[in-house]
Amino acid sequence: MKLASLLLLGCGALLAAPPIVIQNANVLTITKGSFKGAVVIKDGKIVEAGEKVIIPPGAQVIDAGGQYLMPGIIDCHSHIAADSINEGSVSVSSMVGIEDVLDPTAISIYRALAGGVTTANILHGSANSIGGKCSVIKTRWGKGAQGILFEGAKPGIKFALGENPKRQGNTPNVRIPGAPISLRYPATRMGVEDVIRQAFTEAKQYQKQWKDYEARKASGAAVIPPRRDLKLEPLVEILDGKRLVHAHSYRADEILMLLRVADDFGFKIKTLQHVLEGYKVAKEIAAHGAGASTFSDWWAYKVEAYDAIPYNAAIMVRKGVLVSLNSDDAELMRRLNTEAAKTMKYGGLTEEEALSLITINPAKQLDLDNRIGSIEAGKDADLVLFDKHPLSSFAKVQKVLIDGTVYFDRDTDLSDRNRRQLEKQKLLDKEKQNQPKKQGGPGRRPA
Amino acid sequence: MRRILLAVLAALPLMGAADDTFAIRAATVHPVSGPKLENATLLVVNGTIAEIGNAKLAVPKGTRVIDGKGLHVYPGIIDSSTQVGLSEISSVRETSDVSELGDFKPQLRAAVAINPSSEHIPVIRANGTTTALAVPGGGLIAGQASMMHLDGWTWEDMTVRRDAAMVLNFPTLSASGDRSFADARRNYDQQIRNLSAYLESARRYQKAKAAPVPDFRIDLALDAMLPVLEGKVPLLVGAERERAVRDAIAWADREKLKIVLFNVRRPGKAMTEIKSRNIPVILGPTQELPLEEDDPYDEAFTVPLEFHKAGVKFAFGTFGNQFARNLPYQAATAVAFGLPYEEALKAITINPAEIFGISAITGSVEKGKWADLILTDGDPLEVKTQVKRMFIKGKEVDLDSRHTRLYKKYMARP
Repeated sequence: MKLASLLLLGCGALLAAPPIVIQNANVLTITKGSFKGAVVIKDGKIVEAGEKVIIPPGAQVIDAGGQYLMPGIIDCHSHIAADSINEGSVSVSSMVGIEDVLDPTAISIYRALAGGVTTANILHGSANSIGGKCSVIKTRWGKGAQGILFEGAKPGIKFALGENPKRQGNTPNVRIPGAPISLRYPATRMGVEDVIRQAFTEAKQYQKQWKDYEARKASGAAVIPPRRDLKLEPLVEILDGKRLVHAHSYRADEILMLLRVADDFGFKIKTLQHVLEGYKVAKEIAAHGAGASTFSDWWAYKVEAYDAIPYNAAIMVRKGVLVSLNSDDAELMRRLNTEAAKTMKYGGLTEEEALSLITINPAKQLDLDNRIGSIEAGKDADLVLFDKHPLSSFAKVQKVLIDGTVYFDRDTDLSDRNRRQLEKQKLLDKEKQNQPKKQGGPGRRPA
Repeated sequence: MRRILLAVLAALPLMGAADDTFAIRAATVHPVSGPKLENATLLVVNGTIAEIGNAKLAVPKGTRVIDGKGLHVYPGIIDSSTQVGLSEISSVRETSDVSELGDFKPQLRAAVAINPSSEHIPVIRANGTTTALAVPGGGLIAGQASMMHLDGWTWEDMTVRRDAAMVLNFPTLSASGDRSFADARRNYDQQIRNLSAYLESARRYQKAKAAPVPDFRIDLALDAMLPVLEGKVPLLVGAERERAVRDAIAWADREKLKIVLFNVRRPGKAMTEIKSRNIPVILGPTQELPLEEDDPYDEAFTVPLEFHKAGVKFAFGTFGNQFARNLPYQAATAVAFGLPYEEALKAITINPAEIFGISAITGSVEKGKWADLILTDGDPLEVKTQVKRMFIKGKEVDLDSRHTRLYKKYMARP
C-alpha cells in the first residue's frame, strides 16, 4: 500500500519533469565509443545520445561546455550507509541482511555521489564464511531508506575466505587474564571449505524437502509444509540462480577451492571480491564464468595481501575475466576514476577498458547492465560530468544525475556552504541557550 | 670516507666507463628550481649534475649518451613521511620496527632499522620516488627520522641524512569514554610539563657537558637532544588541529626550538602563527575523508591550497608504505582542487629538500647537485604516466619489483 503510493508519487514527479538535454559534451558512452555531442533524457531514462540529437520541445538544456560526460560510476564493493557490517557470532550468517540496517542519512552517500558514484553494492562484512545478504543502492541523497534501494536489483550475498573468517578460530594475541577464550570454527582454510560444503549440503536437503512438498501439494495431497529455515533459504536461492554470490577472497588456493565447491553443488560464483591473487588463477576464474572485483593497488597490509600486484586487473582482463575495480572504502570510493587509470599504467589497458572497470563491467557483475553502466538509449539516466577527462588526476566531478535528476552539482554545493555554516551556527547558539545554568556538581546534562 | 672516494673518482680521467657519468640529450628538463628547458642536454659526471644546456652543449668525448627524445627529466620525488624499510606487512607485529617503548627516546635512529631488502623499496621507487623520510613513531619524543635514498646495498648506502629531524608527537587533549574534560586537561598539562622538564634536563646536560663537572656521565638520550637544542636538527612536531598547533608553537617559542609541523590538517586561526614564524609544514595525505561529518566533501582536498594562500612552505608525505607510490597523485588531487601545479610539484621535490636540510645536494635538477633524476613519458602527477628510468646519485636504478616480477611470471602462465 505504502509502496504503491510511493510509486505513484514517483511516477507523477517523473511525468511532470521536462526532458533534459546535456549538450556540447565529450560523451564517453563506454560501449558505443566516444564523441562530441549530446544526451537526451526523458522520464529518467536516456532516450538518445549522439553527435546530433533532436531537442524535444520544452527541454531543459544543460551546456556542458566541452566537459566530459560518462555513465555513473558503479562500486561493486562498499559498506557505506550501513549501520553495521558483521554478524560475527556464527560462521554462516545468511539469515541477516544489510537492507535492515541501511541509513539513508549517512553522509558517506553524498560524498560518494560527489565522486561520481551512482550505484553501490553494499556488502555484509567478511567475518563469516557465508555472510549476510547485500543490498544494491543508488546514491539518491535525500531519499529515504526505501528510496536509495536499487529497485529490481537481483539480491546478493557475501561469502568470505581466508584470514578473516578464520580469525575467530585463532587464539588472540592479546588475552585478558582469566577471561575465557571462545574460539569459533573454522580456524583454517580447510575449515572454511568445510563450513561452506556443510551449509550447501544442508541447503540441498532443504531445497529437496520443499520441492517434494510442492510436488505433493500440487498432486492434491494434504501435506504439512517443511519448517522454514531463514539461514538456508538464501542458500537455496543461490542454488536456484536467484541470488548472486559475492565472495571475498585473496589467495589463489582459496579462490580455486570456492570455484570447485560451487561446481560440485551446481551454482555459480557471480563475483570474487578483492581476489588479489586472481591473476594466478585467471584461467580457472574465466572458465567458471566468475567476475572479479578487485583493488587497483592495495597490498602488504596483511600476509594474504603480500602477493597482491597492481597488474591484477589487467592480467585478468587479458585472460578473459570480467573485471571491475571497487573501493571497499568510503574515501577511495570518491575517486574510482583515477583508480581505473592505474590499470593503464599497470598492464596497459586502453582508456575504454579502464573506464569499463568502473561502469559496464560492475553493471554486468550485478546483473544490472540492462539498466546502467553505459550511455545508451533505454538505460537509466545516471550520468557524471567531469571538468577534465575522468582518467586524468586533475579531473573533478561537476554534476551527477541519477534517473535524470541532478543529485550533485559542485557549483550549488559551493554556493550553499555559507548558508549551511550559518544554519549550523544558529543550531549551536540555540543549543547553548538550551543548556541549563550551571548549578554546581559535575556531569549535569540536559535530559 | 665517501667524500674521499668521490674525490678520487673525480680525479680519474673521464673514461666513459663509469656508470654514473653520462649525458641525456633531447629531453625536456623540468628543474623545478626554474622554467622547463626543451630539447636540453644534461651532463652528469661522477653522479653529480655537471652541466645543463641546450642541444649544442658539448659533452666530453666517450661520454655515454642517453636519448631523451620524447622524455621528461624531473628531480627524483621526495616523500616527507613514510615507514619505508621499518615495516613490511603492517598487520604482522614481527615485521614492524616503527614504534619503540617509552616516552622519551631521542637517541633512536630510524636509519639503522631500515631493511634494504624490503619489497616496498623497489615498489615505491618504481613510481618516481628516489628519496623518503623514514619516520619512527610511539611515545612523545619518538626518535630521529632519517632521509633515505631508495637504493643501496646497506642502510648506510641509503642514508642521505640520518638525523633529518627529531620526531615529537605533541600531546593531544582529548576527552573520550569515561574520562571527563577536566581529567583530560590535567593529563595533558602534565604531559606538557614532562616535555618541558625533559628539555630542561637536556639543557642542564648540555651545560654540564660543555664545562665538565667531575661526575659527568654520558647519557645517550640527552646527548641526542643536543643537535636539537643547537638548532641543527629540527623538531618534527605532530599537531593536527588548531589547539594542538597553537600549543605546539607556543611551547616551541618558550623553549626557543626550531620546529617543522607535521601532519597538520586544520590549523584554523593558528595559520597566522605558522606563517609569522615561517614554520614549514609536512601535510598529511590529501586523499582523506573530511574531518567532521558536516565538513565540505572536499575539505581534505583543499587543505594544501589553504597553506599556499597563507604563504606557508609545505611538503607532502604519504604517512605509510602501502600507498607511498601514490604520492604524486596526492599532490595532483590538491591541484584539481585549486593548488597551483608548480606548488604541488615543489611540495614533492625541492620543498622537502629545503625543509630537511638537503637542498644543497638534491631536490631539483641543478648544476652541482646529485643526479637524483627520473625520466618519464609525461607529467608524473598524471596516473597514466610511466617512469621509464631512474638515477640515484647518477647510478641507474632497476625499476623492477616484486610486482613486475609476479606480473611477468603470471602473464606467461600457459
